[in-house]
Amino acid sequence: MKLTLTTTIAALAVALPFAASANPVLDGYKAEIKGTFTVAAGEKLYNTVGPNQLACASCHTASPKNVGKHAKTNKAIDPLAPSVNAKRFTDAATVEKWFKRNCNDALGRACTTQEKGDFMTYVLSIK
Amino acid sequence: MHFTRIIACALIGLFSMAAWAGGGAVTPLLPKMQAECSSCHIAYRPNFLPRVAWKQVMASLDKHYGTDASLPAADTAEIAAWLDKTALDVGEAPPNLRITESFWFKRKHGTNHVKAEVWNRASVKSRSNCQACHVNAAKGDFNEHNIRIPG
Repeated sequence: MKLTLTTTIAALAVALPFAASANPVLDGYKAEIKGTFTVAAGEKLYNTVGPNQLACASCHTASPKNVGKHAKTNKAIDPLAPSVNAKRFTDAATVEKWFKRNCNDALGRACTTQEKGDFMTYVLSIK
Repeated sequence: MHFTRIIACALIGLFSMAAWAGGGAVTPLLPKMQAECSSCHIAYRPNFLPRVAWKQVMASLDKHYGTDASLPAADTAEIAAWLDKTALDVGEAPPNLRITESFWFKRKHGTNHVKAEVWNRASVKSRSNCQACHVNAAKGDFNEHNIRIPG
């Protein structure tokens, strides 16, 4: 009995972090539109070239795992994928700040919540 | 008395020279300005533009030299207030609001100092890329002894 209980608690401790969604910021977007996000839609958005001839990939490179380079200033950009850069997608205000700027630069418009969720789902899927 | 005064003047003169040569202490930037500006480029020094120009820069962050660099309103206000207090009320805004088009910048970086070809090197790329040659630019050190022109 005691052993079973211990095992159950141990199993829960392992399972719980996975049961909750991978990222609180993404959860926020999900709750906002009560929808679902897909890796495929996010990947497509990542590679979409906008009216300024820029895509996310222009600076963040073909893979969000790579160190990027600012198109204008040449500054190195830390990898976007949380699998290699744990600081990414940890603060909702920071995520919003960059979506506002970069959607405007790359797509010439604001991104929808659906797009933000798809984008994060794709980037979070990169291991 | 008179002698003390001469010593004092001499000391003040020395300190001014040190500051002028870039050897003096550098005014630390507002931490928020340091963090926000340097996420895309080095945080330029407040004395690189006159106060009136900084005002315009901070009022147009959503159209920041071809890029959207907008910030939450509270952060914009905090940085703008610090620049307003710190930048000097000297001269007019340079053409296109660009540091690199300021009279002093062009004089310091004319062809007698920097060969035209240097600007086109991939390692330099842009006139706004101070740290390509001023290796300690990010720390506010623009001392001419700390210039290394990259190949």
